[in-house]
Order: sequence, then structure tokens, then C-alpha cells
Amino acid sequence: MKPFATLLDRLVLTPSRNGKLKLLADYFRDTPDPDRGYGLAALAGALDLKSVKPAMLRELVLEKLDPVLFQYSYDYVGDLAETIALVWDGREKDDTTDAEQPRLSQVVTRMNALGRTEVRSAVRDLLDHLDPSARFAFLKLVTGALRIGVSARLAKQALSDMSGKDVTEIETLWHGLTPPYVELFAWLEGRAEKPVLATPAIFHSVMLANPVEDGDLEKLDPADYAAEWKWDGIRVQMSSFVGTKKLYSRSGDDITGAFPDVVEAIDFDGVVDGELLVGGTKRSNNPTRTFSDLQQRLNRKTVTAKMTEDYPAFVRAYDLLFQGDDDIRAKTFLERRERLAKIIEHAPHDRFDLSDLVSFTSWNELDTLRKAPPDPVIEGVMIKKKDSPYQAGRLKGLWFKWKRDPYNIDAVMLYAQRGHGKRSSYYSDFTFGVWTETPEGDQLVPVGKAYFGFTDAELEILDKFVRDNTVERFGPVRAVRAEKDFGFVLEVAFEGINRSTRHKSGVAMRFPRIARLRQDKLPRDADRLSTLAAMIDGGED
Amino acid sequence: MKPEALLHPTPAGLFCPIGRFYVDPVRPVERALITHGHSDHARSGHAKVLATRQTLDVMRIRYGEDFCGEEQAAAWGEVIDLDGVKVSFHPAGHVIGSAQIAIEKDGLKIVVSGDYKRGIDPTCAPFEPLSCDVFITEATFGLPVFHHPDPKGEIGKLLTSLKQFPERSHLIGAYALGKAQRVIRLIRDCGYDQPIYIHGALAKLCDYYVGQGVELGDIRPATIEKSTPDLFKGAVVVGPPSAFQDRWARRFNEPLIAFASGWMMVRQRAKQGGVELPLVISDHCDWPELLDTISEIGPSEVWVTHGREEALVRWCELKGIPARPLHLVGYEDEGD
Repeated sequence: MKPFATLLDRLVLTPSRNGKLKLLADYFRDTPDPDRGYGLAALAGALDLKSVKPAMLRELVLEKLDPVLFQYSYDYVGDLAETIALVWDGREKDDTTDAEQPRLSQVVTRMNALGRTEVRSAVRDLLDHLDPSARFAFLKLVTGALRIGVSARLAKQALSDMSGKDVTEIETLWHGLTPPYVELFAWLEGRAEKPVLATPAIFHSVMLANPVEDGDLEKLDPADYAAEWKWDGIRVQMSSFVGTKKLYSRSGDDITGAFPDVVEAIDFDGVVDGELLVGGTKRSNNPTRTFSDLQQRLNRKTVTAKMTEDYPAFVRAYDLLFQGDDDIRAKTFLERRERLAKIIEHAPHDRFDLSDLVSFTSWNELDTLRKAPPDPVIEGVMIKKKDSPYQAGRLKGLWFKWKRDPYNIDAVMLYAQRGHGKRSSYYSDFTFGVWTETPEGDQLVPVGKAYFGFTDAELEILDKFVRDNTVERFGPVRAVRAEKDFGFVLEVAFEGINRSTRHKSGVAMRFPRIARLRQDKLPRDADRLSTLAAMIDGGED
Repeated sequence: MKPEALLHPTPAGLFCPIGRFYVDPVRPVERALITHGHSDHARSGHAKVLATRQTLDVMRIRYGEDFCGEEQAAAWGEVIDLDGVKVSFHPAGHVIGSAQIAIEKDGLKIVVSGDYKRGIDPTCAPFEPLSCDVFITEATFGLPVFHHPDPKGEIGKLLTSLKQFPERSHLIGAYALGKAQRVIRLIRDCGYDQPIYIHGALAKLCDYYVGQGVELGDIRPATIEKSTPDLFKGAVVVGPPSAFQDRWARRFNEPLIAFASGWMMVRQRAKQGGVELPLVISDHCDWPELLDTISEIGPSEVWVTHGREEALVRWCELKGIPARPLHLVGYEDEGD
């Protein structure tokens, strides 16, 4: 348990992606089987472990500790698992050496073998024999709340880093394997052949597009390319073989459980790439609904009947990777699409439709179409080489995404927070606001936060402004001067804007970043909240 | 005599009306007895100061020659009479020169422990338990959540991180008096013999520790005129935590911020402070040490000065030991 607990402790406090990858790769390299496999499962959200109710943990700790002292402690720490991990009287543990501490694999096997009446004493015993950091890891695992900022995708990338194997190969194998992944590690370390999968309904790494940059298209012949609308949903993969039906996110997370309405409707065998959306298919003549409606359905393990009724999901199909069990990824885009069209034609009309091709003869024409799409849920166009094979990853020259131009507003810097790592001595995370009318007159209301988009030289300017114009400090956060005639105006670019009940301003931006420093403007010239609200309703342009 | 007649809290600090002196007063007074050199306990501007030689030295380093009107050094255990009250200084194990002060009159004995710890620390004399009627204890870490681990294990984390991230400068935040020198000494005791770079604010105090026989190995200034980022690749740098948020820290390569403090026990504390590598190393007692100390000394009454008074008072009540918080203001856990 010790190596896993140490890893968690470091991961929680390591902000940089490269730092996390290094910690993970070292853990996978240095920890023996089967512990590392269970560790991997826990990080990737694939660990099956008997859960323990917080109420039982509270009872256990109160067997030993005065309730008033426990309450003081809990008030101070604020997190139940951490409080218990810290207050647990560890004097018995002092006689247990690190080597004698239960291993992660032992903890998992033991917990999963317990009968209902044995859980209490087993948890008590484990807490007695783990050190504080391992107690914390154990409690987070059994309460199912391992929030440490590591995605399954990142864990797989670390496996790739440690072994030199391609991450797409690991992703393809992933859903066919189960913890503790002994055969996976044997292959990664070159001690065994690549594992052969029993189930074919697995995830295949997806093909990605490069953004169109200046001058990219001039060199290309429009006749060699097809275009499709880029829909603002989430990219998914449907995988179905002889009764096993799965829905995966583009990073390979299994989201089958959250979308029974879509999965149950699959009546074909094969692997289909598409966009998951909410609303009606074009064949049902109901409009496609916005990303914020789709968000109601995301990040859920299960879903209620009311949810599927209010927010019905469907898939707009882009591509076909497997027809039945026939791998057609080497065929051309147009040929794959033709086969896809036939499958979708016969699939349930309310759950599946085919993404339209957009006809165009010149890049200028496509540019015009991109800027004025026929549906508000379209965020640009995709450009795909007609003869391109389906190849995992982001290859140059085959697929492009050409988004509509970002939204832009002028906002006023309100708060700044110090960054991490390289940026720990810089104020580099900025909260910005716009004007709104209140009974006390115009006031600035925070509408978002951005921490990139500026150059190093611009960061020096921003940082200096913050240090010279701080009006209040809250821990690592500083409030800066922001008055009508004095302050810092930032041009903020963002991809979209939704209504939000969580934010005081009532709006939430997607992907905001600092586009330009507007030292030429005064805060009084910044935008108003009503301008942002109008962007939700009508869209810009 | 009631203990309150011998010593009681006032806005300026603990006051002994018979001996006409204050202990660790927070504002200038006529006669001050100082437990140790941390700035919240040892302030400048008193007319007369009685403290250990090392504490007086530390005050002189920090505040300059005229830190007080008149100084008097107390040797360990030496009994000094102040207007009929007997006072004596005994090691507290907190930082160099740190003392508990025993105050006695007509058979009534009160011990003001100041800040103290029980863990091993080669940079100062170890805490000496004294029997007494009233034991005045701090409670900086007076909650059952605080269990300070073996400091060498914490240094082990630092050494592991240096191996994992050999390019990054490891910046260890440590309070300038006591913690910094203890951390450097611990790193040496764990076998690290590369140069350790220190912030300018630490220089004089480190020199003083070395002069008092605390070996710190090869320590070099991190505050140098020329910017040479390569010099600090993979280096260990020790400085006051506030310096790492400052422009001063920009000379380092992908700095990895560590912080040596008892507060690092709580993950959220570390996270809020932007600390990547918390090192739980404290110069105060943890919860079990506070309880063990009170049990060992067996006073008939416990007064709790600063920190988390309510939990320690609660524990004493549960054990049947009369206890009360003193609600002193002006002490800020600064030393940890």
C-alpha cells in the first residue's frame, strides 16, 4: 500500500502533466505485480472494490476518540477520509515496518472476499496496520472518492512512457483486459507477446484532425477533400459485436452506462465513429440541442428515465472502422462512408443519423460556409482527404478542423492567482469581469478565469501590474485595482458560452484564454454582461 | 497563594506582579523574560531582557546591537531572584537557546514552557521535563490530527524527488530561525553532501549555528548577482517560504516548491500554498507529544497559551486535569 499511497500524495500536489507522467511511470516501473495493476485500475477508474459507508467509518473512529475532539478535528481538516486517516491512533502501527504493511493487492483481495458482517472488523484492522498516508489512500479507495486529477488517458500515456509502446496500442487493448493487468505489464516490459483479447467490442484509438493554420489550405486541391459540419457534442465510438455493445469517449473511457438509450438502439455489428448529441436526429425533424443540454447527461454512471426523456441522446455518424468484424480502416474515407451510410440507413431513425457532406468548390466558399453555419450547434467544418485511411492519432495533411472564429470580449482583470511550478513566482491565473447594472450603479461581475494565451513577455507585464496594484490578498489570490478609469483590460477569446446557475454572473465560457493585452483601453470601455448574454441566445456574427 | 497571584495574562503578555516582569511580552515593557528568539516571542525595545545567552545572541543578530536597554544571560538551571521570585531557565528543545522558564515563590511553581518539542533535534538542547504545580503549554498542533512523522523519512521524500526530477531546483521553504538549520542538518545526516544554497535572510543565523557547533556542511549563497540558471539545476535551495512567491525565485530552473512545516500534515494546507512537496517537519509537539508531556509532568493545573487551545483543554477535562485557555494574543505559529 505504501508505494501507491506515496504516489497519490505526490500526484495530488503535482500540477504539471509531465510531472504526473514521470511519477506514474516510475510507479509502474518500480512496483511489483500484482500491486501496480491494482494501482493502475484505481487510477483509471476500473477498480472493483467493496465500498464502505462513511457512517461506518465515523462509528469506527468514535470507538477510539472523544466525539468533541473528533468534531474539532473534522472542522479543521474538512474532509472525512483525511480526518480519519490523521486522527486514527497509530501507535499499533509503530510496530509495523513499511515492509510488513498490507500490500495494495492484499487489501483489494481481502476487502472483496469479506462477508457483510466482517467488513467492520476488517476495516478497523487495516486502519490499525497502515501508516497515515496509506490510511488516507485506503479510505479514499473504499469510499470511492479518488479525486486526484489523473485521467485514464494519462495513466495509459504513462504506461507508454515507461515501455516505449505506442499509446494507441495500449488503448486498443485496454477494455479487453482486467485488473491486475499482469499480462499487459509482461508485454510492456518485453517479457511476453501482446495479449490476445477475448472480447472484440473494444475501443480503437480515434483519428484526430489538425486545426487549419494560415497557409495550410492554399497548397491543397479542394477537389481532393470532402467537408462535413463539425458538431458541438462529444466524439464517441460505438463498438458492437455479437450482443456486446459499448460506447466509448474519444479517450477510451467506457460511457456505456450513461447512455442506455443509444446503446440499446444499436442493431448492427461493427465500430462506428460519431458525435454524441442531445435532441433529435435530422430524420426525426427535431432540432439538435446545445452542448449545455448534453452536459446534463455527461459524467454520470447511471441515468434516470426522466433524464433520457428530457435529454434524449443520439449519435451523428462520421466514420466506420469495422464492418461486422471486418477491419476496413485501410480503405478510403469515401468508401468507408458509403458502407457507413448503408448501416445508418437501416439503424433506428431516432437514435442515429449520418453526418452530411458539405459541398464546396473552393476554400473561399468553404470559409464563407464555416462562418455562417446553418445550425447554431455547429462549431465549424471538418475537412477530410477523400482517400484518407482511418489512422489513429493526429496525422498531418489528412484531416483538418476549421472552427468558426472564437468569440471575443474585452474584460477587466479582477483577481490574480500565483501559478505553479515554473510559474510559482508569477501571478498567472486571472479572473476577469464585465460591467453590469446594479442598484448601486455599474459594477464589475466576474465571468471567467484564464491562465494562458499570453507570451512570457506579456506575463511579465501582467505580473508587474498585479504586484503594483494589489488592493487585497486572500491566500495566494490578490484582488487588483479595477475602477472605471484605472485597471487592466484583457481581450478574452473563447469558444462558446453557456448559461450557468453555478456562477454569479449566470454565464460560463468554454475554453477562455487571453487573446491580447489591451493597455490602450480603460476599464470603462470593457464589455457588458448583456453583450455576453446575447451571445448565448443568438450567437455572434 | 493562588497561581494567578504569581502569574496572569495581560494584554502585553504573561505578567508576574510580585517579580515585576513579563514573559515573552508582545509590546515593550520594563523587564522581559524571553523563552526563545522567534520574532513573535522575542521583540525589541524592552528596557531589560533576561534570556539564555543564545537567545540574546539571536535577538542581537535579528534586531541589532540596541535590541534592548540592558541584557542579562541566564545559564541553564541557574536560579535568579527577581524581587523575591525565583526564576530559572531550562531547555525546551524548540530552537537554539530555547528555554522553559520556571517561576517559583513560597512553594508554588509555575513552568512557562514557551514553544517546545520532544523529537530529536541535534541543533538544540533537548526538552527537560520539570515537575510543577502549573504547567503552561503551547498548543500550536493541539488537535488529534497532528502526528509528526520521523523527520528523516520526510527528508527521504526530498532525496527521492531529487532523483526523480534531477533538472528541477528543489526550493525548501523553512523559517529562518531554527527550522532552516534543522532541515539542512537533517539533509546532511541523511547523507546528502552536495552544496546547499541559502537565501540571504538565512546567512547570519546559519553562520551563528555553525559557530555554536552545529555542522551544516557546504552552504552557499543562492542570492548572487549574476543570473546563472544552470548552477541551480537539481540543487537544494533553502529559504523563507515568502521568498518563493517573490521575483527572487525566478533565478531557478522549474522550481519544485517544498515546505518544511508541521502544517504540511494537512493536504489542503499544502495545496492552497502551492506546495508540491510537503515535508512534515515541526519544531513543536504533535498531539501525542503534548498529551505525553502533560501526563509525564503531572501538574495539578494546565494553562494553554496559544494555538488550538480548545481541544487540549477538552482532553485535560476528560482526564480530570483542571485546565484553562489563556487567550493570549500576538503569537502566530510563526516558527512552524
